[in-house]
Amino acid sequence: MQGSLSKDAIIVIIVTAILIWIMPFIISTYTLTVLIIYGMLGLSLGLIWGFGGILCFGQAAFFGLGAYTYAIAAINFGESTIPMVLAVLVPAVFAALLGAMMFYGRLTDVYLGVITLVVTLILFKFINSTAGPQYVIGNARLGGFNGIPGFQTLNIPGRPDDYIWGDSYFYVCAILLAVVFFLVSALLRSSFGRIAVGIRENETRMSLMGYDVRARKTVLFAAGAAIAGLAGALFANWGEIVTPSLFSLGQSAEIIIWCIVGGLGTRLGPIIGAAGLAYLKFLLGQQMLIDNTLITGLILVLFVLFLPKGIVPAISNMWKVSFGRRQLGRIHQQRRIRHRGRANG
Amino acid sequence: MAETVLETYGLTMRFGGVVASDNVDFKLHARELRCLIGPNGAGKSTFFKCVTGLQTPTEGEVYMRGVETTHWMPHQIASLGIGIKTQTPNVMDSLSVFENIWLAARRFFNSREANRKTQDIIERLALGAIARNDLGQLAHGERQRVELGLVAVGDPWLVFLDEPAAGMSAEDVERMTGIIHELNKTTAIIVVEHDMQFIRSIAKMVTVFHQGKILMEDHVDRVMSDPTVRNVYLGKNA
Repeated sequence: MQGSLSKDAIIVIIVTAILIWIMPFIISTYTLTVLIIYGMLGLSLGLIWGFGGILCFGQAAFFGLGAYTYAIAAINFGESTIPMVLAVLVPAVFAALLGAMMFYGRLTDVYLGVITLVVTLILFKFINSTAGPQYVIGNARLGGFNGIPGFQTLNIPGRPDDYIWGDSYFYVCAILLAVVFFLVSALLRSSFGRIAVGIRENETRMSLMGYDVRARKTVLFAAGAAIAGLAGALFANWGEIVTPSLFSLGQSAEIIIWCIVGGLGTRLGPIIGAAGLAYLKFLLGQQMLIDNTLITGLILVLFVLFLPKGIVPAISNMWKVSFGRRQLGRIHQQRRIRHRGRANG
Repeated sequence: MAETVLETYGLTMRFGGVVASDNVDFKLHARELRCLIGPNGAGKSTFFKCVTGLQTPTEGEVYMRGVETTHWMPHQIASLGIGIKTQTPNVMDSLSVFENIWLAARRFFNSREANRKTQDIIERLALGAIARNDLGQLAHGERQRVELGLVAVGDPWLVFLDEPAAGMSAEDVERMTGIIHELNKTTAIIVVEHDMQFIRSIAKMVTVFHQGKILMEDHVDRVMSDPTVRNVYLGKNA
């Protein structure tokens, strides 16, 4: 990666400011907020899959865990600051334990996918079956398939009665996404991030160099879960209800599709893929002609066939090619002019 | 007598009924260069894998500088300051030459020091012109050289090279020989190799493996002229 971290920071700030200003003219802030949240969720898988080579079929598990943690904690604490922190920590710790079990058990890719998938299913089934009154954490009833409604939503830290909602909530989410994006950039520039990419490329080589691949993968996996958890908490605040569908397989599959369509191995790709496809789904949801899962599936197939690297790498390639050509063209032109000069003189 | 950097006692590796490595006692001194030779299936590579932690031996013990490393993982063994190059080129294909070597250097030095070390190795191995290229685009000989760079950048005191000259052009082999001699000034090296020409040009001491056992261990000239070794290589019964 070229350039410096401070340059990254400036670009992130400028781009975020422009988008925060322009986007509300095009799409309502309520919809934009959820697109941002999905973007963050996409980024969480983009980090561990695109840069760490860990294909997790259960990113929705961490998303849902974050949302549920927030909801349960918010009911018990009656304010939102500690619940927000817990919503990041609980999925991270859960992922660290799950990851340690998988990576220290030397599970390879396919089994990793299966285990994460099954964990998501278990959580989905479990939460679905907690409708009875005996499933209570503190003052919060888990509510089974009905979910948990009516929890305290985001407030200004220390002032539980000052809610952050509507446009202000959109700004909070947008800024949080920018912060997370910046942190991910910093992580990838750090030695830890570069080593993670090395592990993605060749695990055996990295361990022959003396790196403990298992520990590093576990840490990266937990970092991805923390981001997914934060996105989950933001989603809980946006929807003001959490339901077991957060853990559903459909949700997990969608995150993977976002990453593929947006572009793996880029930071921006998964965010763009997530926001773009989620918005498309939102638009398709307003008509009755075609089922929107059909369209999502079709898009995935088309991308895998014709643009397997995804949108962002394709665009940056196009940029490079056209930029390169222009330079080449200039050289030819100069040569032609020189030749002509010689012929005339 | 120089310090002993590697010792194995009764190293045995069984795969079902096959004994790939049979009761091998081996000793290597600091800054020694040793070649392991033997026909296919003689147990060279199994020995190599057991010592570097890629496989766990069924029986026996391995000591490195007096520390027992028998059941260690490869990354623990490498962390001692041991460089390992496997048989097939084992590199990060979509990363640049610089990044590949930097990652190896970063294990033992901080980020700035790793940058310096990497530059240093790139110059020593004459990789400057291709330092920013991805490994995947390079020729086989260049990739082998980069992998040698990965191994050398951490200032190891013991280096394992599994077939470093395999599939390389004469010119590349010559260059490789120079690099190995250069490396040998500071570290002990074990080379597993088939190419007798190459072995003649680098080795003094040679260990011959046959049917999982050490057949003989002597100076390269005596090994080459030994009738038993010749028979083994030609496939006759020794």
